[in-house]
Amino acid sequence: MMPNLPMQAVPPDWPGGYWWHWLFFSILLIAFVVIMVMGAIWIERRGMGRMQSRLGPNRTGPFGLLQPVADAIKVLLKENIVPDSADKLVHWLAPVIAFAPVMMIFAVVPFQNGALLADLNIGILYVVAVSSVATLGVFMAGWGSSNKYSLLGAMRNVAAVVSYEMPLVLAIVGVVLVAGSLSMNDIVLAQDIPFILLQPLGFLLFFTAGCAEINRSPFDLMEADSELVAGFHTEYSGMKFAMFYLVEYAEAIAISAIITTLFLGGWRGPVLPPWLWFIVKIFIVFFFMVWTRTTLPRVRIDQLMALAWKFLFPLALINLFITAIQVLVWPDALPWGLIIVNIAIMVILVVVWSKFFKLGWGRLEV
Amino acid sequence: MLANYGLIGLFFIIVALFSLSMPIIPIVLRYLKIVPSHPGPVKNSTFECGVETIGKTWVQFNFHYYFYALVFLAIDVLVVFLYPWAVQLRQLGLFSFFAVLVLVFIVVIGYVYAWKKKVLEWK
Repeated sequence: MMPNLPMQAVPPDWPGGYWWHWLFFSILLIAFVVIMVMGAIWIERRGMGRMQSRLGPNRTGPFGLLQPVADAIKVLLKENIVPDSADKLVHWLAPVIAFAPVMMIFAVVPFQNGALLADLNIGILYVVAVSSVATLGVFMAGWGSSNKYSLLGAMRNVAAVVSYEMPLVLAIVGVVLVAGSLSMNDIVLAQDIPFILLQPLGFLLFFTAGCAEINRSPFDLMEADSELVAGFHTEYSGMKFAMFYLVEYAEAIAISAIITTLFLGGWRGPVLPPWLWFIVKIFIVFFFMVWTRTTLPRVRIDQLMALAWKFLFPLALINLFITAIQVLVWPDALPWGLIIVNIAIMVILVVVWSKFFKLGWGRLEV
Repeated sequence: MLANYGLIGLFFIIVALFSLSMPIIPIVLRYLKIVPSHPGPVKNSTFECGVETIGKTWVQFNFHYYFYALVFLAIDVLVVFLYPWAVQLRQLGLFSFFAVLVLVFIVVIGYVYAWKKKVLEWK
């Protein structure tokens, strides 16, 4: 499943210059996203199958590897059904608007030292800004379908994204404090100790908020099958449905790539070539997302909002100031000993803050 | 540095063309008689669980995220101020730390007030 990326041939100042760099990386990124999405779908379906004591798709190709390809061809040849009452233009544009920003995220993700489309000095801020636009596509889909389930699903999505945006960006600020730069490449270069060890609480917050932001399973209320049929894409079929499917997995890959870059040391690693490390780490993070999906039941909407506003956000603020103090005390490089301290802080904070919550049968009150 | 933003803009053109082309492919295939197209009044009706949809969808209904959106707005603006501070913390030193502490404290007062007023409850 791994794309053959001739990364060694791409220093930042590639011979032939600007235009070749643009052409090469544009094609590479699109191919990368499509192939990674196929890999992710395969991992998700096979992994979930194994975790649920069944086989998963195993007939198309060796180990069912060609299943995503078969699905793509099938869905391409399906009839395109648009409801009569739908807002046709909005309905048609929604998947396009949802897909484009997800692709744009990958423009600043480094595959190797300096091997990225554009090394923006505001890299991670750009990611935060661009990734929010995908929500607009989802809301357009819900609105344009003229279906009550779709509209409710889209509304829920907006509410969830708005709520989980803050712990997400605050967790990023923690990383930026330690790295001292917003550029994705510099953040990777700063990670002599992977930030997952120096920022365990930040990682936990980012992972949870990231899962909620892209509506992965414990938080997938916008397409809760038992309540809303299929949520915002109830009225979609054929290729436009496939695009939403693609967006969902491309977002998961994007979040995995950002987690890899911010917390797991990006492309850094021994023996293997850097781009391969990067892809392996993305798949490891994605596998954890699949694992949480199969393990945890779906939360209720009030629990979803309470988790964001009453649990993740205060912890993110505390994490921010603890990190700031540590950076001020050790301005050059954080010492190894801090790893144990930070993990202890994380455990204490999470346990103590959880005591405020009465989870379980009743409504959640704080 | 500006050249990098040019790359982003050019990449956006490619991405826009790519994502626009994807829904267009089935339209082309439909004219080639590969993708079927047999619309009907029942098939094109809005999906509902067994009955026909009652009333319009685009009506006003009460959905409780307006308060969240207001609190979100205040906090999101705060976070935008935190980013440049986070980059330069080592140069700015302890004074900036306390300055940001005061800034965050002011916003947190509003946040605690919203919590106590039960604005953060999803009803």
